[in-house]
Amino acid sequence: MHNKSMTELAAGLRVGDYSSVELTQYFLDRIQQLDSGLNSFVTVCANEALSAAQAADVQLQTGQAGLLTGIPIAHKDIFCTQGIRTTCGSKMLENFVSPYDATVVARLKAAGVVNLGKTNMDEFAMGSSNETSYYGPVCNPWDTETVPGGSSGGSAACVAARLAPAATGTDTGGSIRQPAALCGITGLKPTYGRVSRYGMIAFASSLDQAGPMTTSAADAAIMLQVMAGFDERDSTSAEQPVPDYSAGLEDDLTGLKIGLPKEYFGEGLDNAVAQSIDEAIAEYRKLGAEVVEISLPNTHLAVPTYYVVAPAECSSNLSRFDGVRYGHRCEDPTDLEDLYKRSRAEGFGDEVKRRILIGTYALSAGYYDAYYLKAQKIRHLISDDFTQAFKQVDVIMGPTTPDSGFRMGERADDPVSMYLSDIYTIAVNLAGLPGISIPAALANGKPAGLQIIGNYFAEAKLLNVAHRLQMATDYHQAAPANIEQ
Amino acid sequence: MQWETVIGLEVHAQLATQSKIFSGASTAYGAEPNTQACNVDLGLPGVLPVLNKEAVRMAVKFGVAIGAEVASRSVFARKNYFYPDLPKGYQISQMELPIVGIGSLTIDLEAGESKVVGITRAHLEEDAGKSLHEDFHGMTGIDLNRAGTPLLEIVSEPDMRSAAEAVAYAKKIHALVRYIEICDGNMAEGSFRCDANVSVRPKGQEALGTRAELKNLNSFRFLEKAINLEVERQIDIIESGGRVVQETRLYDADRNETRSMRSKEEANDYRYFPDPDLLPVELDEVFINEIRATLPELPDEKRQRFESDYALSQQDAMVLTASRELADYYEAVVAAAKSDPKIAANWVSGELAAALNRDAIDITNSPVTAELLAGLLTRIADQTISGKIAKQVFEAMWQGEGDADAVIETKGLKQITDSGAIEKLVDDVVINNPKQAEQYRSGKDKLFGFFVGQVMKETKGKANPQQVNELLKKRLAQD
Repeated sequence: MHNKSMTELAAGLRVGDYSSVELTQYFLDRIQQLDSGLNSFVTVCANEALSAAQAADVQLQTGQAGLLTGIPIAHKDIFCTQGIRTTCGSKMLENFVSPYDATVVARLKAAGVVNLGKTNMDEFAMGSSNETSYYGPVCNPWDTETVPGGSSGGSAACVAARLAPAATGTDTGGSIRQPAALCGITGLKPTYGRVSRYGMIAFASSLDQAGPMTTSAADAAIMLQVMAGFDERDSTSAEQPVPDYSAGLEDDLTGLKIGLPKEYFGEGLDNAVAQSIDEAIAEYRKLGAEVVEISLPNTHLAVPTYYVVAPAECSSNLSRFDGVRYGHRCEDPTDLEDLYKRSRAEGFGDEVKRRILIGTYALSAGYYDAYYLKAQKIRHLISDDFTQAFKQVDVIMGPTTPDSGFRMGERADDPVSMYLSDIYTIAVNLAGLPGISIPAALANGKPAGLQIIGNYFAEAKLLNVAHRLQMATDYHQAAPANIEQ
Repeated sequence: MQWETVIGLEVHAQLATQSKIFSGASTAYGAEPNTQACNVDLGLPGVLPVLNKEAVRMAVKFGVAIGAEVASRSVFARKNYFYPDLPKGYQISQMELPIVGIGSLTIDLEAGESKVVGITRAHLEEDAGKSLHEDFHGMTGIDLNRAGTPLLEIVSEPDMRSAAEAVAYAKKIHALVRYIEICDGNMAEGSFRCDANVSVRPKGQEALGTRAELKNLNSFRFLEKAINLEVERQIDIIESGGRVVQETRLYDADRNETRSMRSKEEANDYRYFPDPDLLPVELDEVFINEIRATLPELPDEKRQRFESDYALSQQDAMVLTASRELADYYEAVVAAAKSDPKIAANWVSGELAAALNRDAIDITNSPVTAELLAGLLTRIADQTISGKIAKQVFEAMWQGEGDADAVIETKGLKQITDSGAIEKLVDDVVINNPKQAEQYRSGKDKLFGFFVGQVMKETKGKANPQQVNELLKKRLAQD
């Protein structure tokens, strides 16, 4: 049952092969049996999930059900969930229970989706390995000695291990795509503004975007359908109409122009991963696509630019965690200064502190022009690279990550090498474009992700291109060996 | 050494919107603490600001009212600092691109002089909450009801040269924001707040002296006092060989002193940067012109019209146009009364103003409405009562005893204009006071008032004074 797609599960619910309560219990059991070895969940909410499943069953029986009614999923612990604690992977929010639902959560809830629990993540979404979580690292189900990627590592691992049919994730510099690649699943980062950020705890507001993490592009389409759309609570959400993402999934790819940026295939790319990507590209040729080499000349500036912009925004976004109204407060503060200093020193982990410091520095009087303003200018150059490229091609493809992951602890003391794991994903966030990572052929037995980048609001095209590969190959059906009960 | 004072003002006007600048919570004053703070105002994780369009309209209205350039594109920026009543750890404000650019305002000084004060900019921002230090036994209470209330910060050029000029400017801004209905102007509730940047320099020197920023000036009187104190303090320091340091000083009204709050060295680096949660505000000419078209007659225009339409002196016109409510009241009186506008002006700025002031009543709640006052003035004009009796009638009307006609009727205050009756009284008074009549006739003119008084006493003031004068003169001229 756990290898079924959401569409298949929905069909099963409809014909009464199982109820939503049974389905939900099935996944809750899997979580209980398998997650101790993965740590992909921070909070499992069995009671809430089962009562939501009961309600879904009533809807299913009375014919009021929508496509996703009764399907259990998991939410990254960055989304506020009313009545269920939201930790954002931090000690700071260890006891924080939100009085409201994030728009993404509310929309999925309204569609009848059952929430199994909250998935582990890098603290405040800052990390590429899930090692910065206060709730412990997440293991990659393909090899529990290696990292699942981050920051949506819990979501990626739980979907890869089939502990949930799907999960939500967020992506600021690759946090959906990179763990999706390393865990061998499908992860879509939509165009900036496509999905509401309301209720999603902000890391870097101009880059953050929520998206689905699933076992197939077809499932991602169904989930995005519910998640996407204008939200009057988020001024940066787009008023653009939401197309039917499932309608064109099987559209023919004959004549599709694929651009391969030469900068994504150069030094630093692991050979085995490169080979998997080449194989996938070859499949596309077979499907009638035309492949051309392109250039994104400012690619090398993406990581440094990101590490000015994102920390600058985070330094301000995380100021609200001050121990005054909610979240961690130090014991017996002597005065206000002490309250602030100790609450924040105790509540935040090292990586979060590192980024707050970098961001504070970058925005300081005398440094603002040299760092923040300069970074914003480079951001325009990076966007322009893509604008030029999309004059020639329909989609851009390349590896999602330079390699197929690393062992836990391997890069923990070397932030720069860690930051470079997002080298192919970051530019997409800086430009605000949509990107999807789907499994390519295994590279030396490990997952490798193919990244497909589209033009603004071209999610339907990305899903179509991704789905056609998944029709032609079984790359996405490869699952880790140790997930059978 | 002769010193020159240089003052610039920052006015914070709370905009009179129903809801907050970035959330749907109410802005009403005086609710129980934290009952008007929604998730957005509390700065909960994940919440986002959404701009209130009404606040934008009000800011634009101010911009067009002072003839300033309204920015076609303005940008919200975050001003980062930690304080318990600032829930997000930053205030959303505007820095590099404010919504209102350079404008000016003409202020009226004594002796009919006026002066143009430059306005550097006006920008939109959110108010902070309040820290409550009393009643918490060594702890601090936080009330976030005010957090997110829209503010328009109006920054002047350092164009004022005395506390009196600063007050005149503040009053003018105060009148203007109330005229255009963007702020209720209530200083006691903090809807209208002033900070003053004060420095002194030797007369004739061009370079500005080091300034101090004075805060907590919640009345025009305190503004004036605090500036004068600060000017004295700075001159004292310099004359005794010291140096003024740049700092923020808090005015303490109880002790009538200013004291240092923080120095420049302790000042925050606010790390302003454009708020990524909000889009730039883009306004086109059509929108700005639409708002321009909604502007009411502004104080200066109204004053000039009062001078020409009602033949009032500049002083009278200025008093009557000090607030829109007062001016409206006056015009309603003039429209309804068959009376001289000048007399109406005297009554509104005299008797009525005094009564309002005495009983601390706002003109919009005056027990003597414009219609009632007009009725009274009509009775003066048609000589039913004298101006003096009218004051009695007014007082009765103030106490709610009915309109002018009713009061005149019940109290029997109708003026005696029957010349036969007055003649009889005059005759009696002259005959009953032969000694005084004798003295008057032998040149003691001052005694004329005595006879008038006697007649008035007999009639309880109801005799038509003009007639009394005439008839007395005639009678006393006889033997």
